[in-house]
Amino acid sequence: MKRTIAIVIGFALLAATGFVILTSPEMVRAGLEPIPAGQPDLANGRTMFYAGGCASCHATPDQDDKTRPGGGLALHSPFGTFYAPNISPHPRDSIGGWTLEQFLRAMRGGVSPEGRHYYPAFPYTSYQRMASADVRDLFAFIRTLPAVEGRVRGHDLPFPFSIRRGLGLWKLAFLDGRMFQPDSAKSASWNRGAYLTEGPGHCAECHSPRNALGVIPAERRFSGGPNPERKGWVPNITPDATGIKGWTRSDVVEVLTSGLTPFGDSVGSNMASVVRNMAQIPEADRAAIAEYLLSLPPQVGRKGPQ
Amino acid sequence: MIRMIFTGAALAVGIATVMAQGDPIAERRNIMKGNGAATRTGSQMAKGEAPFDLAKAKAIFQTYEKAAQRMPTLFPENSKTGGETTAAPKIWEDMSKFKVAFAKFEKDAKEAEAATKDLDTFKAAFANVTKNCGACHETYRIKKS
Repeated sequence: MKRTIAIVIGFALLAATGFVILTSPEMVRAGLEPIPAGQPDLANGRTMFYAGGCASCHATPDQDDKTRPGGGLALHSPFGTFYAPNISPHPRDSIGGWTLEQFLRAMRGGVSPEGRHYYPAFPYTSYQRMASADVRDLFAFIRTLPAVEGRVRGHDLPFPFSIRRGLGLWKLAFLDGRMFQPDSAKSASWNRGAYLTEGPGHCAECHSPRNALGVIPAERRFSGGPNPERKGWVPNITPDATGIKGWTRSDVVEVLTSGLTPFGDSVGSNMASVVRNMAQIPEADRAAIAEYLLSLPPQVGRKGPQ
Repeated sequence: MIRMIFTGAALAVGIATVMAQGDPIAERRNIMKGNGAATRTGSQMAKGEAPFDLAKAKAIFQTYEKAAQRMPTLFPENSKTGGETTAAPKIWEDMSKFKVAFAKFEKDAKEAEAATKDLDTFKAAFANVTKNCGACHETYRIKKS
């Protein structure tokens, strides 16, 4: 009997030690890459800011200036309510005192300067694909924006999602840390579109279904899914009959510029904000995204609850 | 006989009207379909996919004006759900703001109609007035499929 108890305690200790080791942010290697030399390109940083949709979540709500990223927006997800933090260059309340190394680690590894995991509501699962030079330029651009005072309240999440440490296991399983790899068989504009869509644009994060672990099944990527804020359904953006089959490249560019679809509809919900951002990037970039989306393998999308 | 046909026709029209009045969800869906058709025509003209026609261009904005006047009356308390509605609960949480959005849409549509003289002025006016579409859909519409 004593021996049984000892074995049980032994296993429990082993499991606890394993949990501590495996969930450590040190286990995540993404975002520890060397910083590229050279002066940051602010124009490119601005493109990354808008392609990345930073303002959609981080702009201070209830005011029109989308370049005041003071945070505070509530995201009502199925895992609980997240409050987008302040990402303005305020030295005390935000990222004003950060180094570029810390910013890169946050963007690509989802680890804070204090060594804590960020929740993947911050889409580093896509941002990990970004080139380090683009992250550097983005950081420089954000530092030109107004510093907004005030820290944002903590997230409101039920157990077990309230245990940040648990994210370590999730990251080990699902955060591969690979940067975007261009396909040399494809055109430069296709590769640009693939990069913008899969990396900064993080389109798949909303336009895909997720399994019980919150992971997007690769074979159903971009086929549409439930709105992450539980507000209806996000459409299929693959060229299937249930998606964007029959759309021309200029149709896709148009919807990303004005929000108008070829059927005279105007996109709404969270996409309205995405359109405002996408309208700010060069037209060639929108055309590249269109080229990539129209090249995706068609996936049958599922309809949402009627 | 002729009288009977007329009476019948009048009755049919009357019933259809009553039915539309009694079904605000169906009526607002029809109005939005009309807006969509008008916007499609407008997009095609703006992009040069269809020839510019001044009368058609003005008709687009008139469609918007009529829609903007009628729509705010079509959201009674008992029309929050059913009939495949995509109306967001937010509409009823802040009805006055919702109505202000339609007043702005109507004003912008009237100004667009007055400003449209040729293709170039149409393009600018159309781009401006259709910003209202996304602004409203962002908050007040929830697509379910």
